[in-house]
Amino acid sequence: MPLIMLSSPHLHGGDSIRMQMLTVILALLPATLVAVYLFGWLAVLMICTTIAVCLLTEAVCLKLMGRPLSTLLDQSAALTGLLLALTLPAATPWWMVVLGAVFAIVLGKQVYGGLGYNIFNPALSARVILLISFPLQMTTWIVPMSMPDAALNLYDISEALTLFLHGPAALAAGFDAVTMATPLGHIKTEATLGVPVADALAAYHYSYLDAFLGAEAGSLGETSALALLIGGIFLLARHTITWHIPVAYLGTMALLAGIFHAIDPTHFAPPLFHLFAGGLMLCAFFMATDPVSSPVTRLGQIVFGIGCGVLTWSIRSFGGYPEGAMFAVLLMNCAVPLIDHYCRPTVYGHGSD
Amino acid sequence: MPAMLRTLAQRLGLMSDTFPGGIHPEEHKLSAGLPIEMNALAPIHILPMKQHIGEACSPLVSVGDRVLRGQKIAKAEGYLSVPVHAPTSGTVVKIEEHAIAHPSGMGMPSIFIESDGDDAADASLQPLTDWINCDPTMLRERARVCGLAGLGGAVFPTFIKLVKDQRYPIDTVILNGIECEPFLTNDHALMQAHADEIVVGLAMLRHMVGATAALIAIEENKPEAIAALQQAVADAAMDQVQVVVLPVRYPQGSEKQLIYSLTGKEVPAGKLPMHVGVLCQNVGTTKALHDAILLGRPLTERIVTVSGDALPTPANLCVRLGTPMRSLLERQGLKSMEGVELIHGGPMMGERLRHPDIPVVKSTNGILALSHGFMSAAHSVEQPCIRCGHCSEACPVSLVPNLLADQCRADQFDKAESYNLFDCIECGCCSYVCPSNIPLVHYFRYGKGQLALQRREQAFAEASRQRSESRMARIEREKAEKAARRSRVRKAHAPAASDAKTADAKVAADTKPATGTDSKEHS
Repeated sequence: MPLIMLSSPHLHGGDSIRMQMLTVILALLPATLVAVYLFGWLAVLMICTTIAVCLLTEAVCLKLMGRPLSTLLDQSAALTGLLLALTLPAATPWWMVVLGAVFAIVLGKQVYGGLGYNIFNPALSARVILLISFPLQMTTWIVPMSMPDAALNLYDISEALTLFLHGPAALAAGFDAVTMATPLGHIKTEATLGVPVADALAAYHYSYLDAFLGAEAGSLGETSALALLIGGIFLLARHTITWHIPVAYLGTMALLAGIFHAIDPTHFAPPLFHLFAGGLMLCAFFMATDPVSSPVTRLGQIVFGIGCGVLTWSIRSFGGYPEGAMFAVLLMNCAVPLIDHYCRPTVYGHGSD
Repeated sequence: MPAMLRTLAQRLGLMSDTFPGGIHPEEHKLSAGLPIEMNALAPIHILPMKQHIGEACSPLVSVGDRVLRGQKIAKAEGYLSVPVHAPTSGTVVKIEEHAIAHPSGMGMPSIFIESDGDDAADASLQPLTDWINCDPTMLRERARVCGLAGLGGAVFPTFIKLVKDQRYPIDTVILNGIECEPFLTNDHALMQAHADEIVVGLAMLRHMVGATAALIAIEENKPEAIAALQQAVADAAMDQVQVVVLPVRYPQGSEKQLIYSLTGKEVPAGKLPMHVGVLCQNVGTTKALHDAILLGRPLTERIVTVSGDALPTPANLCVRLGTPMRSLLERQGLKSMEGVELIHGGPMMGERLRHPDIPVVKSTNGILALSHGFMSAAHSVEQPCIRCGHCSEACPVSLVPNLLADQCRADQFDKAESYNLFDCIECGCCSYVCPSNIPLVHYFRYGKGQLALQRREQAFAEASRQRSESRMARIEREKAEKAARRSRVRKAHAPAASDAKTADAKVAADTKPATGTDSKEHS
């Protein structure tokens, strides 16, 4: 075995990319289980499809670029696949799922030069491409199995398969019976009609507990704040991520929502609603903390988190889309090199410069 | 106020209670607690002419000369230098280039001494038993002639630090018994066995720099050393000396990090600890100072940890300088060099050795025999950086290693310098934590080397430019003088010279400062 490296240190801590990726996948397990509980076989089908297509696309890209296929073993493609599936609405038809997975790997990652060089989070960029290309399908939300009035039996594999292959329109039950709005979508629609936030939430039968546990409409893995919190705390405990981004992100959201809700409760939703709604938790713990596309310095991470918070809240409150978390993270991704440049810590011995 | 904030941050776990960053690598202290064994005299001792930071020495002996132990055999050249002494009595058999402990495998002129087995000592240096009444400058001179250099591994000439400078009064002496490098236990063994001498050495240091307070810093993984030093301090009944036990953290033994851990003071970039009123000495150096002053004994031996996963019996050996490392490894049961990598120093900052016949020098705190498996686990294939930021978190000087490495790799050295490349202490924490196995420190060394090269080239180009400019100026001047002379001659011969010619002469004269005759001519 040739030892090329002569340079110290001759000791290594044993951490690896593969280890970090597997840790994140493990941290996503609670959210994945909630997805399977809420959307049955449909969730299983979608997750398997995205992971398989991501791995396959990665393999093809590596082959085309003449790179070793062993890179697949770092699990980063599998993680991208899982993350993508968790951000998709359950009603996404199979071909859109496949397309998303291909986009994530090719446009989100490999065109930049592969792992470590992408500017944007691959899964999020693919999701945004899908949302902008197919706005209708990407905002159609299946009634989850936790609801008493769920018209579909997604625990039945054939019913799930029909939905997956042909979309909600093909179902006998009828489009309106199987779909519903998300809390964020609902208050956004009502707000355009001039209905105050409190009334809109009452009409929706909104409950904080359901939102916290995850019994509400939404993308596969984003509904349960609890499951995502468990995963996030696991990542923090394992030291895969640090507290700076999630705390700055969620804190800014809560603060902004709190201030504006106090000033004008008819137009602005309460802070807890914002924290549990939409993809915020998923983005705060798993997307914004994606190491490749977030700042490296601690101060930079705080700035990044605050930026994400301000943008998310602004888009939700004033923008055209009901949910702004993914746009916020992607926009802040662009600012990372700048943040890194200006948020470097003071170097030892330069304190008085 | 900053101190209060710091305490608060530490309570909240936002800041470490020692210094920022750092790591806790697996300790591998295989020889911890083992007593010091005396190593037998080697048949041949090899003394490289440079065993310290600074200028190399020049030999004072020639082939065939008989030398005594402690006799000065090479004299210091320049200020930043200390002499080399014969480690035992014997004959100088040759003076030639020999490989030294350097990763490049480079050589250095060395004096080879064949031991005669008598080990007769040179008694020309008198013990200074009454050191407490000696002038500090005299003791400082003793430290210099005895060849003392920092034995922690940096081998900075000791006497340079031992000044009583009116501008920078030193209030605290810090003894560094941290020894945070994995595997190394030489300071641990020394503190256990020679605590009394170390405490006397500390008293000497305080006397020399006029400091009042003294701290002896030891990491908590050396309980025997802590107990021994506490006992020695109590026995000596010294006031204002405190044995400080610090949590285990690498690189706490680094001078600037230790000063921060103990006092909260930062040594400004490019400055020395004395600028913040601190003198920091390694415990081994302190013991050597004691020997130099109280016993009149130059630096000819040191404690060396011989260890490593490939070595059957790790040990702490008291070794004469110049002893070939191979003999120590064989003494500790290493049968074959096959499949073994040798490291000079600890695994975090030590250099890989090209071959085992390199001699023990003043900086040799450890010799490690590591198996290929151990080494290759640390040096696996480099993966792309995923910007996880673990390196920035581990960096004890708060650099952003991954960005710096990118710049060095892309040969953007100026940018790397503006990102404080030269503040890197090469401790290796960043490489240690990197999940992508990026040899970050290696890139920094490359960047520093390239920048140094650029500097030299720039200086050379600048010197050439100045040379060429002064040559051009001289030629111009000579031309002008010639023209002036000519026109003067012409004027003398033909008083009715045309206006144009006068103008010519004026132009020529303007190119140089007007001389007396020129100005007369124009007036």
